[in-house]
Amino acid sequence: MAGLEERLFVFFDKRSHRRLVQGLLVLVAVLIPLVGDSYLLEILTNSFFYIVLCLGLNIVVGYAGLLDLGYAAFFAVGAYTTGILTSQFDWNFWLTIPAAVFFSIIAGVIIGGPTLRLRSDYLAIVTLGFGEITRIVARNLKELTGGASGLIGINRPSFFGLELSQIHHYYYVFFILVLLAIFVSFRLQHSRLGRAWQYVREDEDAAEAMGINRVAIKLYAYVIGAVFAGVAGCFFAGKMTAISPETFQFMQSATILMAVVLGGMGKIPGMIVGALALILFPEVFREIGSIRMLVFGLVLVMMMIFRPQGIWPERRN
Amino acid sequence: MRILQVNDLSLSFGGLNVIDRLSFDVEDGSIVSLIGPNGAGKTSVFNCLTGFYRANSGEIRFLDKSVTKLKPHKITQKGMARTFQNLRLFKQMTVLENVMSGMHCRTHAGALGAVLRNARQCREEAHIRSVAEECLDFVGILGLKDRMARNLPYGDQRRVEWARALATRPRLLLFDEPAAGLNYDEKERLMRLIRRIREELNITIFLIEHDMGLVMRISEKVVVIDYGKKIAEGGCDAVQCDPKVIEAYLGREDEEGMADERNGP
Repeated sequence: MAGLEERLFVFFDKRSHRRLVQGLLVLVAVLIPLVGDSYLLEILTNSFFYIVLCLGLNIVVGYAGLLDLGYAAFFAVGAYTTGILTSQFDWNFWLTIPAAVFFSIIAGVIIGGPTLRLRSDYLAIVTLGFGEITRIVARNLKELTGGASGLIGINRPSFFGLELSQIHHYYYVFFILVLLAIFVSFRLQHSRLGRAWQYVREDEDAAEAMGINRVAIKLYAYVIGAVFAGVAGCFFAGKMTAISPETFQFMQSATILMAVVLGGMGKIPGMIVGALALILFPEVFREIGSIRMLVFGLVLVMMMIFRPQGIWPERRN
Repeated sequence: MRILQVNDLSLSFGGLNVIDRLSFDVEDGSIVSLIGPNGAGKTSVFNCLTGFYRANSGEIRFLDKSVTKLKPHKITQKGMARTFQNLRLFKQMTVLENVMSGMHCRTHAGALGAVLRNARQCREEAHIRSVAEECLDFVGILGLKDRMARNLPYGDQRRVEWARALATRPRLLLFDEPAAGLNYDEKERLMRLIRRIREELNITIFLIEHDMGLVMRISEKVVVIDYGKKIAEGGCDAVQCDPKVIEAYLGREDEEGMADERNGP
């Protein structure tokens, strides 16, 4: 196993090798709809959606080292923004995206502003609380959100006159979203801001002594993570055309976090692997029935014992 | 000109007075040492100066402006950098990345610049890198820049920390026990480095140190504290002969037993 990993490292050290593999993966992903059935496309579209969410949460948890147990709240903000604006105010789908970005930023600042002064465990508890508050607000603001039964009749997006209604349309839409999220994540990671997150994650006091405003830097991570989830939420609402508060339960936040930890915090390929594993595992093992979630749980526990750094390997020295 | 003025500084934790009405000045361009027996409150003084502790009363003026109530990152921005007594490197990052952290407070690129990677942002990144490399070169470990910080020997880790502090472009540099754990050669090199920092970079030096030989050879002024109170201040010769200093370090002759207990073996 270790020998294989070593060989892979040597292989991927070369930029041209990396490019080749990335190109092949993109090519395969683009060609799948030509051969796959709608069941496969549905699962893969769902995986793409979770990859975007994982990449967003990865900025908060992986890059900045903040444990966030209420990430679904931001996903809810995006989905409800699109839902309310299209179904009740008849906005065009595409125009709701900037609005969702705006509201995600506001939500990020409102939730992050007071809580990011707290350290680790306390932050986790407060984010958990805020996540639940968001869901309960969505359930009780009946006039706007449709209450517990949710919103229906959300406009599907159309693209140059083509209404996006088929699964392969959404497959490509979410695939483009994934590419965009990877691009933004990569650029952020390798920037002044990305380094600042890592400094704060490794040693808050030393970072502060180097002139880094730790609260501002964490808020930055939190807000950018919120924007990822908000935009993903827009497309989720557009694809489903109906949303309800139960979609944004704590389990949703926990599932995304699980994929992030499983794949390997802070690593972009890790997020892809983590999200795919999370969505594909229950599907592949559908035959063994409801026991599959138990098996999945066992696999996760084993992972945490034998490979706590996640599936994707650490960068080498 | 006085670059740093401390007036009547007091700090207590619960009922314990850690710093007790302490006043002293640091002249611009000088090398000053803060000494005292173990537990005298030296590191607490550093923590107050750099904003990690909030003093109960008194004032700290840096470059003629009060910094008493500022957060640590603001103080660093104003030009006061520090190193830590126990190494506080970013262990999972490369040496160069560690030193680049110092430039954070001198640069501005945000998320948009990072994503678009425009010309300004690229220039800034190149600038951060070149300053960091200069600093590494200054302390003599440029060759190690791509190594992971945690894998360096202890003496080199210390030098990474010095380079990192230099990269914040300070006017005043606080060294918390820079010679701790260094061997004889490394100490000699440290002394030369401190002098070069002052002469070539024009940075004032304020240090805490237990190695008296080093302190006496390098400092132009020494401030001695014990139980948070200043007991002496002045040139090396004067301080060394001061009966109060001798008492603090060695105890009075008639209570030798107690003194041994306090200063340890």
